[in-house]
Amino acid sequence: MAADNFLQTVIEELKNYDGDEVRIMEVCGTHTAAISENGIPAMLSPKIRLISGPGCPVCVTVTAVIDKLVELSLTENTCVLTFGDLIRVKGSKMSLADAKAEGANVRMLYSPMESIALAKENPAINYVFAAIGFETTTPVYAMVIEKAIEENINNLKLLTSLKTMPEVIRWVVNNAGGIDGFIAPGHVAAVTGEGVFKDLAKELGIPFVVSGFEGEQLLLTIYALVKMKGKGGFKNLYKKAVTPNGNETAQKCVDKYFECSDSSWRGMGKISGSGMILRQEYKQYDAGSAGLDEDHMPPGCSCEKVLVGKISPNQCPLFGKSCTPDNAHGACMVSTEGSCYNYYISGRH
Amino acid sequence: MRITMAHGSGGESTSKLISEVFAKHFNNEYLSKLEDSAVVPGAGKLAVTTDSFVVTPLEFPGGDIGRLCVCGTVNDLLMSGAVPKYITCGCILEEGLDIDLLDRVIASMAETAKEAGVVVVTGDTKVIENRGGEGGLIINTSGVGFIPDDLDVPGPFKLMDGDKIIISGNLGDHHAAILGKRMGIESNILSDNAPLSEMVKKLMDGGVRVHAMRDVTRGGLGTVLNEFSEASKCSIELVETELPVSAAVKDFCGILGLDPMYMGNEGKMVLSVHKDDAEKALLLIKQSRYGENAKVIGSVSKADIDGGDRGVFVRTKIGGKRVVGPMYGEGLPRIC
Amino acid sequence: MCVALPGKVIGLEGTKATVDFSGNIVTAEAGLVKVNIGDRVLVHAGCIIQTMDDSMADELEEMFREIEDISVGG
Repeated sequence: MAADNFLQTVIEELKNYDGDEVRIMEVCGTHTAAISENGIPAMLSPKIRLISGPGCPVCVTVTAVIDKLVELSLTENTCVLTFGDLIRVKGSKMSLADAKAEGANVRMLYSPMESIALAKENPAINYVFAAIGFETTTPVYAMVIEKAIEENINNLKLLTSLKTMPEVIRWVVNNAGGIDGFIAPGHVAAVTGEGVFKDLAKELGIPFVVSGFEGEQLLLTIYALVKMKGKGGFKNLYKKAVTPNGNETAQKCVDKYFECSDSSWRGMGKISGSGMILRQEYKQYDAGSAGLDEDHMPPGCSCEKVLVGKISPNQCPLFGKSCTPDNAHGACMVSTEGSCYNYYISGRH
Repeated sequence: MRITMAHGSGGESTSKLISEVFAKHFNNEYLSKLEDSAVVPGAGKLAVTTDSFVVTPLEFPGGDIGRLCVCGTVNDLLMSGAVPKYITCGCILEEGLDIDLLDRVIASMAETAKEAGVVVVTGDTKVIENRGGEGGLIINTSGVGFIPDDLDVPGPFKLMDGDKIIISGNLGDHHAAILGKRMGIESNILSDNAPLSEMVKKLMDGGVRVHAMRDVTRGGLGTVLNEFSEASKCSIELVETELPVSAAVKDFCGILGLDPMYMGNEGKMVLSVHKDDAEKALLLIKQSRYGENAKVIGSVSKADIDGGDRGVFVRTKIGGKRVVGPMYGEGLPRIC
Repeated sequence: MCVALPGKVIGLEGTKATVDFSGNIVTAEAGLVKVNIGDRVLVHAGCIIQTMDDSMADELEEMFREIEDISVGG
């Protein structure tokens, strides 16, 4: 069948699907954003439900981590370096943006690698990078440490809140349930390799499809998952970037500097073995990441239920009322990858 | 030479700076008198606007703060249907500012004013203490324009059922040029800062029924169209494949996780025109300077509004439909 | 979660690669993947995380073949 015709068939079938309800979860914030940007929900039968899982690092960061960053940013001679969208996330009292308005030294960077040059240029300032992320980003932090050691830099540390995918996916399946298929995160898989998700599919008996980020790729992935419902199985539809074993150099580099740990997730509590922390021998590069477990949820905020797909964002009592992108209570509304933000922006109701 | 506190003293250094930089470039019959106020010929209905410019860096790919402030002020006047006539130039100089840089910026401002057909009739300079760094520059410009007596002034509340939405060129160039410079991403992307005088004049002279027009600045196209939709109680549907974005800006947005729909411009406008005039309007804009990439990107509907379809929508490339909300927050680069 | 965009390596010096994204030039860390000039790579947060194998095209045709399997065989 010609490609265009096949795509048309897929689009028709997804629109007219009238079988049992299929609940599909994406666990990558960039997938969440791409699904919204492409207007995919409006193309699906009401019997196909897309649920945004805990895949946006900004959204799953607990308030204790933000509070620590705020505290550091207000410390003399200290500069907190961060990615853009973490700046607006509120801790128990304030966000880094609020702290900046009070005179804190906070700087937004495109790449953690830039912190090396900054630390060299300004030896009198202590830099702390807000190291959040999943398997895709952890290797970047490993490179930062490697360069810092190589160049004998002593004024750069990481405050880590690093997460890993498989444990939280298991947690979602065991605690929320009702997921018929997972869109596996393409860029995590580019680093870890497809094996991680193949194994999970087998272990959980739920189908996983690794997807790229174009609209057509996502449609085909959703179509595949609808067909695979109840049968389990695994497909890699992003072979261009995702190989069986992934980036082994990156994995080794991560393993050299980091080790597996328990980690606290916003609204979900501590999940055993779901994080990465710096190994003991590299602790001098840690800015105090241990024990940051407290998670101060604003009253009424249902981030925890949204993050695991128990409720849709619009079922949260605060959604669109007191919680909007302009005045976000929960992290899901702050990040442009957050599920509440995306529902709000794209009318995905 | 750099700006010192003496340049703000009101004494000899101030006079010298004014004559050697400002009066030199702005040389015209009103300003050159250096009186407390400029006295200028007037008209019946006036449009008055003011805007402050705090952009860094002061010189950026495709423009500088001087060109930018004239474009911003002139375009604001044009969007109200006015013919821009006079602008003012209030400069706050930070101690340490390189005078050669100031000279280039003011020369650029004068040149842009000439292009846009306005006269810089009065100005002011003040010097503030250095706040750490190279020495910055903030410019405030006010502008006055004449509104033709017989003009039916366009407004965001005047959109009509069936109107066509036209954008005068590519989205996001200014934002990408500035942000790229700040984030260390090199590119050939140039700011689009430009006065829209020529295309607006052509549209007005051509009798095009323009129901609303707005320059697309901070907040981007998404924010402007939401204002239109809200004020006129209508839905606006855009066609994604028609939205003009250069390949470079598209990838720039991809690197930082930004959406061209919310990227700022400084030389683009969006119009809602009567559907029968759309073709003519497009042609006139395309024939004007800075209008070569203009496109009809969507249409207005007032039907089914009770069904809750008010708002701005995009028909996506793959046939989906999404809502475009106004921009929230600062539009920060997204990375993870 | 992870914004990453494919670009093309146009320069290489030690573990610093110059990567071109439709005319946007970014310096990216290349210490995690062996790359050559001309390679298409995925860059995330200023770091090359993987090379893109263009011969292993998951173009739509390829994806259809994968999926047609399911429709038929389950």
